[in-house]
Amino acid sequence: MTVYDIIFYLFALITVGSAFFVVTLRNIVYSAFFLLFTLFGVAGLFVLLSADFIAVVQLVIYVGAILVLLLFGVMLTHNITQVQIKTGTLQIIPSAIAVLILAFSLIKIFLNTNWKTVPLTVQSSSVEGLGVLLLNQYSVVFELIGILLLIALIGAASMARR
Amino acid sequence: MIFDFFTKLTGSEISASIISALLPLFLFVLPFALIAVLLERKVSAHIQDRLGPMRVGYHGILQTLADILKLIQKEDIIADSNDKPLFNIAPVLVFAGSYAVFAAIPFTSSYIGSNINLGLFYIIGISGIVVIGILMAGWASNNKYTLLGAMRSAAQLISYEIPTLMIVVTILMITGTLNLNELTEMQSGFFWNWMIFGGQATGIAKILLIPFMIVGFVVIYISTLAEVNRTPFDISEAESELVSGYHTEYSGMKFAIFFLAEYANMFAVSAIVVVLFFGGYLSPIGYLGNTLGLPWLIPVEQLLWFTFKGVAFVLVQMWLRWTLPRLRVDQLMAICWKYLIPIAFVNLLIVGLITLI
Repeated sequence: MTVYDIIFYLFALITVGSAFFVVTLRNIVYSAFFLLFTLFGVAGLFVLLSADFIAVVQLVIYVGAILVLLLFGVMLTHNITQVQIKTGTLQIIPSAIAVLILAFSLIKIFLNTNWKTVPLTVQSSSVEGLGVLLLNQYSVVFELIGILLLIALIGAASMARR
Repeated sequence: MIFDFFTKLTGSEISASIISALLPLFLFVLPFALIAVLLERKVSAHIQDRLGPMRVGYHGILQTLADILKLIQKEDIIADSNDKPLFNIAPVLVFAGSYAVFAAIPFTSSYIGSNINLGLFYIIGISGIVVIGILMAGWASNNKYTLLGAMRSAAQLISYEIPTLMIVVTILMITGTLNLNELTEMQSGFFWNWMIFGGQATGIAKILLIPFMIVGFVVIYISTLAEVNRTPFDISEAESELVSGYHTEYSGMKFAIFFLAEYANMFAVSAIVVVLFFGGYLSPIGYLGNTLGLPWLIPVEQLLWFTFKGVAFVLVQMWLRWTLPRLRVDQLMAICWKYLIPIAFVNLLIVGLITLI
């Protein structure tokens, strides 16, 4: 077991453990804060997979933007107004069926995939390769996503103005 | 590089990276915060025609040490209605976020905590943790003022990240790298090779670049100033309306940690501006070590230059703080969304056109 294995298990533990708390804690603000550690752990796992760009994007978008917006929404409603937001269980049977199907398919995929294992090498940054791919092979998709995001922005702005 | 030196010394990459990651904390951030707190009080005093702290040591130079002694002795108050676990974690999170930035800042050509390719992007990403810490502190204090302060602070940090990123993209377009060490090396030579003077471009492109680089510098300086929550952008801790924002309820060492994080942040954003536009650790006029034939002197000089440039921008931040009045919330948002972002965007387009020449 090398040091990198230990680091991997550390990050995996952070991710899975905090994800468990996100789901089970009754207080929704605690759940939101535990989400920070989950996202951070996932970023660490991306780094170990030599996907440095994705790791930082994970931090910028999920921690820097989405999580903050989430906390914003929760906080604005939680302590100021008297509405108590709690997590609870509703509709046990349909959710159990959905979870079972999802778990089954995930395990099936995990067992049936022919995993490619690459020996541990230090790879150079993935940014350049990503950039070249995005602007050559996938340029149409890239532009379409840009337009989609722009539409979403304009829509949000016009809804906020009402 | 220092990292290789520690790898040889300790025989393991992991312990080497831990040591080189801890170095800036003890050698730089803590002493800097000590000096900067005193400097802030002295600068503010002299701007307002006062003397500032004068009692402890010659002209009060030991004032900060006395303050720290006082803060250590203070009772660590946690009110009943505070949310205890989050209340305790928040200062640590804020400090961790602002300290993690230092991992990618090149202090000299031979020392950089982690020479990652995405340095600049990493810095912007990791400072998101500070926002979460501030929100946590505001919420855990369970107090209207702290919550309002935290909200304002988070809104401000998120908004001003956009112009910062745009200017970073502008620089990225010219240099083609996000590695702060390479970015600095690209500006080597004398001071006219600094990014603010058009970098390594030659001829007509260089002359065309200079005005847009100056615009870029002003935009990123304003937006990073807003990101460290200092006046004129300190509505999140506006004393006259919010007591002191998200850290109102903190006392003793926890308050000191917030303070330390603020000063660490001030230097960190100045360092980013310095690396992007003012040649990082490079000397503007050549090295004494070259003239004397002492190669080991060059990194030392570079460290001095880097500190000098960084502290110069920290001084400008202090100067602005004690000169300008605070902005209203709507003015703050208007500056970001109606002025800085369009300016940064047009700047990005024009610089892109110029780089085609």
